[in-house]
Amino acid sequence: MSVYFYITVLVLYGAATLLYLLYIVLPHDTVGRISRWVLATGFVCHCTFTFFRYLEAGHTPITNLHESLSFFSLTIVAVFLGFQHRYRAVILGSFVTPLALLVMLVSAIFPSVIVPLNPALKSGWLGFHTITAFAGYAAFAIAFCAGIMYLLQEHFLKNKKLGALYHRLPSLEVLDDINYRCLTIGFPLLTLAIISGAIWAESAWGAYWSWDPKETWSLITWFVYAALLHGRLTTGWRGSRAAILAIVGFCVLLFTFLGVNLLLPGLHSYR
Amino acid sequence: MNIIVVGLSHHSAPIELREKLAFNANRIEEPLRELVSLPDIAEGLIVSTCNRVEVYAVTRDIAAGIAQVKRFLAAFHSLPFDVVEPHLYGYHGENAIRHVFRVASSLDSLVVGEAQILGQVKAAYGYAAEYKSSGLILNRFLHKAFSVAKRIRTETGIASSAVSVAFAAVELAKKIFGSLSDKTVLLIGAGEMGELAAKHFVSAGVGDVLVANRTFERGERLAGEFGGRAVPFDDLFDHLHKADIVLSSTGASHFILVPKKVAEVIRRRKLRPMFFIDIAVPRDIDPEVNSLENVYLYNTDDLQGVVENNLEQRRREAEKAEEIVDGEIGQFLAWLSSLEVVPTIIALRSHFEGIRRAELAKTLASWKDLTPEEEKRLEALTSAIVNKLLHVPTNVLKQTGQGNRTDLYLDALRNLFALSTEPVAGQDDPPQDEDEGWKSE
Repeated sequence: MSVYFYITVLVLYGAATLLYLLYIVLPHDTVGRISRWVLATGFVCHCTFTFFRYLEAGHTPITNLHESLSFFSLTIVAVFLGFQHRYRAVILGSFVTPLALLVMLVSAIFPSVIVPLNPALKSGWLGFHTITAFAGYAAFAIAFCAGIMYLLQEHFLKNKKLGALYHRLPSLEVLDDINYRCLTIGFPLLTLAIISGAIWAESAWGAYWSWDPKETWSLITWFVYAALLHGRLTTGWRGSRAAILAIVGFCVLLFTFLGVNLLLPGLHSYR
Repeated sequence: MNIIVVGLSHHSAPIELREKLAFNANRIEEPLRELVSLPDIAEGLIVSTCNRVEVYAVTRDIAAGIAQVKRFLAAFHSLPFDVVEPHLYGYHGENAIRHVFRVASSLDSLVVGEAQILGQVKAAYGYAAEYKSSGLILNRFLHKAFSVAKRIRTETGIASSAVSVAFAAVELAKKIFGSLSDKTVLLIGAGEMGELAAKHFVSAGVGDVLVANRTFERGERLAGEFGGRAVPFDDLFDHLHKADIVLSSTGASHFILVPKKVAEVIRRRKLRPMFFIDIAVPRDIDPEVNSLENVYLYNTDDLQGVVENNLEQRRREAEKAEEIVDGEIGQFLAWLSSLEVVPTIIALRSHFEGIRRAELAKTLASWKDLTPEEEKRLEALTSAIVNKLLHVPTNVLKQTGQGNRTDLYLDALRNLFALSTEPVAGQDDPPQDEDEGWKSE
């Protein structure tokens, strides 16, 4: 059953991506509206899919790479839909939907079979830890897109190359504001994920912190974003600096999420 | 009925002549009355702007109508006809309709896509409606022109980008800062260009204006105009950090803002972006300033380049707009030609005749035992009723003849009896969307 929803989600996200990309060349309100509806429909299917997985597995369906990538994509779309509503920046979708689609496609590579949950992981913390982590990741993913958009727009303005994309992109201030907003959403969530992970680790593995690669890299990621937030609030790191750090932070985050699981052996290497 | 356009514009006449022919909006009633009292002019309106003086009129006799309006234009301003005539153009039929659609859509303007002309044509139509010099045809015609202009404005990017240096600067500022309402503009020097640009920023809604001028008094006067404050020129660097947008147009012969100083200011602003606009020649701001973080510098040439780009883009969009105009002309011509007496009478008759035949056929089918003789009588009876009913309206239509009211009658008839608006012989461009053509009020 859930596999049909999965395919529908892939198709709808694919269609939404094409529509959002079309919006760059054809910036009509109608195109923007249709894109949003297609994406929102895909999102609803995605929620349904996740719910079915939950029923089939009997626990929060974020235990292997297939499931967690799919959930990552779901949270990216959720956060984006919220942002689009608030900032009315349709063009943000032209950058975010390809990312959500890509994450979804990568999830399709990994086997989707439901494996019985490792007894060590049977805990109420599973849902809280994974959902806060991925909601935080999603906010940082949006910040990453806004960062790329900021650097593009800044490049256009500095070099006086005012082409079609320049006209479509929002103002620097709006992009910087999106970046900041994502940071204020993502950082507390990431913090909560790390803390809840530590508490859970104590009950599952007997120690709060065991310098497992996942834990180490999560801490590095946390420090990157903490530095960005600190710089922003005290010395006014804004604009291109904030944009670059949001991009760097997201790359580190991706390594924490994927690199650690695939490359570094450890307690967190779920495939 | 025919639509004619007579007039002159920046394409055909120099400013000296255009200003002599211009009509004063406050005294437009008299010329409008004179215009519609010309023997062959049924309806008329006058568009008078700094770039064009045009009469849009409705006439039965194209040649006579155009000639009369030409003479009227010269005579009303007491100018010799021979001086004015060579600069006047006269269009009729399809060309007249195209011309007015293009004017209203700003395709005929000096700066293609400028927004003012539509408002000016609307005002001209407003006067004509107020003084009743426009009637059914011009009403429908102008409303159609407005809807074409609106369509072009929304469907093409003809008016979407700035085409003056000052506007280009405001647009750039919006791309950097988003909203300008909480931003401060600092005007350095009180040159004419700087003043103009500052005015644009004020009307775009900037929060605050500072003026730093070498003569403090002049700076104060200017600041007063913008509702801002003057600051002493020598204290410039004490105030620079307050400004988000810096407009510089001093007569200085060397750079007054150099990277080192600006970098200090930016640090003091905690890296909040600054937009420098250098419209002075020779330049006031070292171009190296542009490479500082979160600093954007545009000089006159840069802004000119932006404007050129936008103009080029407008020209491309104008081609799309011309296609829209061409598509809309056919519809209007179809409606116009439906306002002819003979085809309307024919349509009305065939409408009634159709009803008579249909009803007669129904009766004959259910009434089987009629003799041929009786059938003939029924036929004659129904025909007589239809003819009698239509006799008076037909005569009235034929007799009202040339007057303005015929069009009203024809239009009413066609609406009341839902007669077809198909173009009559001679029109090869059928209406593509009847609805559109009919409900422009």
